[in-house]
Order: sequence, then C-alpha cells, then structure tokens
Amino acid sequence: MSKEAILNGIRRGLKRGPLPADQQAMLAGRLASHPRHLQPARAQLPRPQQVALFLRNVEKEFGTVERVPHAGAVPGAVADYLAAQNLAPKFVLAPNPELWAMPWSERPMLEFHSGRAEATDLVSVQHGFVGVAETGTLMLPAAPTRPTTLNLLPDTEIVVLKASGIVAGYEDAFDRLRAENQDALTGGFMPRNVMFVTGPSRSADIEQTLELGAHGPRRLHIILIDDDPAALPTDDQA
Amino acid sequence: MQTVHSPDFKRNAARALADTGLQKALGTAKGAFLMRRASAVAALPEFEQLRDIGRDIKNHTLANLDFYLETFAANVEKAGGKVHWCSTAEEARETVLAICRSVGAKTVTKGKSMISEELGINDHLEHHGITPVETDLGEYILQLRQETPSHIIAPAFHLNREDWEADFRRLHTHLPKDRVFHERADIVAEARSTLRDKFLAADVGITGANFLIAETGSSVIVTNEGNGDLTQTLPKVHIALASIEKVVPTLEDACNMLRLLARSATGQDFSVYTTFSTGVRRQEDLDGPEQYHVVLVDNGRTNMLGTEFQEMLRCIRCAACMNHCPVYGAVGGHAYGWVYPGPMGSVLTPSLVGIDKTGLLPNASTFCGKCESVCPVKIPLPKMMRHWREREFERHLTPATQRSNLALWAYFAKRPGLYRLATRLGIGALHLLARGKGAFASLPLAGGWTAGRDLPVPQGETFMTAYAKSQRAKGKR
Repeated sequence: MSKEAILNGIRRGLKRGPLPADQQAMLAGRLASHPRHLQPARAQLPRPQQVALFLRNVEKEFGTVERVPHAGAVPGAVADYLAAQNLAPKFVLAPNPELWAMPWSERPMLEFHSGRAEATDLVSVQHGFVGVAETGTLMLPAAPTRPTTLNLLPDTEIVVLKASGIVAGYEDAFDRLRAENQDALTGGFMPRNVMFVTGPSRSADIEQTLELGAHGPRRLHIILIDDDPAALPTDDQA
Repeated sequence: MQTVHSPDFKRNAARALADTGLQKALGTAKGAFLMRRASAVAALPEFEQLRDIGRDIKNHTLANLDFYLETFAANVEKAGGKVHWCSTAEEARETVLAICRSVGAKTVTKGKSMISEELGINDHLEHHGITPVETDLGEYILQLRQETPSHIIAPAFHLNREDWEADFRRLHTHLPKDRVFHERADIVAEARSTLRDKFLAADVGITGANFLIAETGSSVIVTNEGNGDLTQTLPKVHIALASIEKVVPTLEDACNMLRLLARSATGQDFSVYTTFSTGVRRQEDLDGPEQYHVVLVDNGRTNMLGTEFQEMLRCIRCAACMNHCPVYGAVGGHAYGWVYPGPMGSVLTPSLVGIDKTGLLPNASTFCGKCESVCPVKIPLPKMMRHWREREFERHLTPATQRSNLALWAYFAKRPGLYRLATRLGIGALHLLARGKGAFASLPLAGGWTAGRDLPVPQGETFMTAYAKSQRAKGKR
C-alpha cells in the first residue's frame, strides 16, 4: 500500500532505516514542548501600547474599531454603527452567553437571531477570542458559541473583543487556546476550525490592484470592551 | 497530470514577447509585488533571522519526514479525519473521485491549489460527470477561459481588466448584456454574487494546504478572498490536497513560516484569512463539514530526497522568486509550459516530470541571483539550475550546436592568453562597429539576441585590462 511505499521512499532517499527509538523520543519531546522561535520585538510592549498597536494594525488593514468602556455599551455601539453605515438593524448573533447577557433590549430597534449564519444574513455579531497586536489579527476558534459561518457569509461582520484578550503574537494566541479550550473529540485543544482574520475580505486578482469585499465580509468592525484597567490608554498616548 | 509543454519553451517565449496584451499585463503587475514585498520586509527588522529559522525548520522536518508524516496522520485520525497516502497523481485523482462519489456529489467547490493543477483534479472529475467550480477570483476566470494559471499565487497575472469584462459579459449570460463595469470592484461584485450560490449548493469542498501541522493534525490555508474558507466550511465533505513536504512539526513552527509567507508573497504583513482545519465538525458545532479527508501526495517528491535537489522541498510557494525574475517578467508563466513557472518551476519541474522534456527551463535564467536573495527559506535556486544544466549536458540532451559552441569556448577558456587576445579583438571590433552609439538594436549573427533587447556597446577595454589597471593604480598609492 502507498503509505509504506511513501515512508520507504523517504527512508531510501535519506539513506537510513526507520528512526531509532532515541531519535523518535527526541522528536516527540520537541512536539510536546513545542518551543517558540524568535518573537518580533514590535509587539513586545506595555499593555496600553500593545492594545494601541492592535487597533492601529486593524485600521491599517481596512478594518474599523470602536472602544467602549464596558459590555453594557455594546448594543448601543452596534446600533449606532449599523445606522452610520446605513444598514438595516438586523443581524445574526453568535450564541454566546457573554453576548446574550448584554442589554440588547435597551435598543428595541435591533432585530436578531442567534445561531449559525445563513445566506440571507447580511450582518453578524461575533464573539472575539483573542486579538494579535503584531498584525491586528483576530483569532476566532470555532465553537458551538462561535460558529465559523458568522465570519464568512454576511456582508458585514462585527466582532466584540475584550481588551484583556489582546496579546503580542500568534504564539501567545495559541497559548490562550491551549490553556482555555478543551476539545472533547481529540482530548487536545484544537477545535475543527481556527480562523485568523486580518481585516475585511479582498482580492488583487484583477491587475494586482486591491479590491475589498471578495467572498467574505466587505466590512470588519471591531468593538473593543475596555475590561482591562492595565490596558487603558495612558495620558502620554492621548 | 497536466500536459508538459516545456519542450516548446523557446517558441512559447517568442510568442509571449510578441503578445501585446500579455506584455501590458506583465508591465502593470510587475512593480506592485516588488514594492509591497520590499516595504513589508523593511517594516520587520527580524525578517532575515526569520528566514534562517524558516530554512532550519524545513530542513529539520525533511530530515525526519517519515516521523512527522506518521504523527500528522495519527492526529488527523484522532480528530475524526482520514488520511489517504497517494504515491502517484493517478492514485490521488482516483481517491478524490471515490470520495466525491461516496457522497453522490454533483458539484464540488474548489479553493486555489497548485497541487490540484499538478494532479489534474478538475479534468478527472469533469470526465466522470462531477462539476468542479473554481472559486478563487483568478482561478474562476481561468476556468471560464479554459486556461491554466500563469502564476502560483496570482493565477490571472497575464490578464488585463478588459479581458475580465469581456469574458464576464460573454459567459455570465444570466445578466443583462448592456451592464456597465465602472470599476474593478464591479467585476469582483459580479463574481461574488455568481459564486455565492455555488458555495451553498456544493456537496464537497476541495482546498490545498499551505502547511500541515504534525502536532495537531491540522491543514492550514492562507487566502485573502475568503473563498477557501467558504469551500472548507459549507459542504458536508472537506478534502485537503497536500504534498508530503507541506508538513511542519508544531503550531509554533507554522507561526514562523506564516510570518515569512505573506510578506514574501503579496507583501502583506499577514493574509486576511489564515485558517487551521482539524478533523470534522464537533458534535455540538452548528457548522463545518461532517467529513475531513487529507489526500497526501508524493508524486515524485521522495525521489528528490538525498539528491542535490532536496532543498527544493523547503519551498513554501510564495512566488517571490518569479516576481523578482527578469525572465519571468519578460515572458510570463505560460511559456514555462507546466504547472510551476519561474525559477522555482525551473528547478521543480525537471524533478517532477524529467529533464528530458524540460531541459530548456534551467537554461532560461540570467543567473542574476535575485530569486535566491528573496527566497524566504533561502533555497539556492541558481545553484540547482546549474545542477540541472550539468545533468542535461551529461545526458547529451543539449543540442549539437550548443555543445560545439561550448567546446569552442572551452578551447579558449583553457588558454588564457588566447582568450584575452580574442576578447580584446572582439571588443575592439564591436566598438568600431558601433560608431559612437551606446547600444546595438541589431547585430549581424546575433539577430536572435537583439530581437528581444539591445546589446550595450563595450566601453573600450576588457575586464582583465581594466582590473590590471586598477591593481597597478592601487600599488602606486
């Protein structure tokens, strides 16, 4: 069978037999400790500057951002953003307890259903897991409370992210996932899907010229909840 | 597999140079990639170190490839997926077809994948009554035009906006004939709305993989459009096609490679969507595929291990080498005559389909060395092209006139005094012939050379004379 053929082909090419047990143990050790490589200095910053870098990078990649002081302000921010974009106040909401707990009834104009996105949904409100400051990238691991279709089908995606969720690099994001996610199927931490999202969908396939809004959302808006006192802007930043 | 047209390279290249549409497209596109890469690299001071680390990660993986592939496969299966080991293109095609048939698939959406081009998946599915739909914007128009990609990350590199408009008008017959495309955005919007229904109707989604992660059994795709993600999320079956050298050990290793990939490719700091797929949708999940298959393809790679071409297996398909290549920039990708164009293709294609058909490719190089200098994993591409030239020469595949010319050159090269005399005479003659002009637009006996470019007139003395003069000047100081 081809598995054996390929493995034997590899060993023949490398001029050796199967790896000896000690070498295998060494490699298994490397997998278990999964050492980090060089971390770019640009994101190794005090918390307030790290959050500022994240937001700056989101905007550099054509996303938009708004900071709100607490979770209670999110429904208002969603309603105002949709109104400002001249969009209907209708959306699909990630079935997430933190999002559910927000005072949506204070904005009775807002109309939403909670679940996965369907082709008819034009706006989604997604639950952000982690934000990576290095490049303004969101990490959105799939979960029953965070369906992947919310990141893909609607024209506009609004992501609600906590400032305490902002980290320096992608490795820090994976560390959070390693620590916080338990996957029942594998016993590991990876869900079916982990999406890193940096700005709205785009294509440069026509004459290498950038156009926003290819197959994914045309707009990506991040509402950042300032839940981390240590990450608030300092006076010298303002 | 795709038919190999590489023996026609010279004819293809001549035709490409005379193709005004292609030359316009190449002219428009060329500068953009170089500028964007340069500024992305300049903004990350650690980039050079990351390249060394990237090279070392890939070397480590290749040295232990059997171990990491077996670990990868075990972890895919733990997550409810299935790995299909395929030695040949034919085996991979049959495997994909069998999976599609097992779910009664009628249409299959596809993310952009070069290995799919290499294997010839589309033709095979179509031949058996299953409709493949390319969803990457560039691949989509090529499918409409029945063409192959001319670039590994920007498949429609050879087309101009007028081509897009004309083809969409001709082939999207469901839309009004007299509609106006004011901007490029209108073309993108039309593709988006046309493809949306295909995404929703597809039974199977086929993607490639930029990386495979041994530690977690994940396949990784990197896109800007979101089409790859729709492809691997909406249908009930996700098939990831990947060649064996795509594996890296851990997520941390992948993070390092990802810092290199987008910057080298499009000059972005990070692509819009970088997605890790691990197994099937979980029990409580509201979306995602019910089946996850990884078709793991050799198709000639194991034969490269242990040879002078092993380092080519480090390639992460960023296209920086072709973006910076003067030959690619002049003739475009189709001239190379197979799936992979540019410098990486000139090394990889002979390895995968044989030097007998592809000997012209490693010769289509000025050896300027730019490709190696921008390669994110430092593959010595010029050196490898030289290895191929040697092999070609050894096997007497080089044409007779070229061999006799080389023999003539060797006669002089082995006799330095004679060589210097001959070059001095040649240079003097050219100088006289030029009569004060800076360059020759045409030249007797060298019409083939001057047809595509001007020959600068030698400035009076040979290199050796100039060198000796400067050494003497230094001695005096």
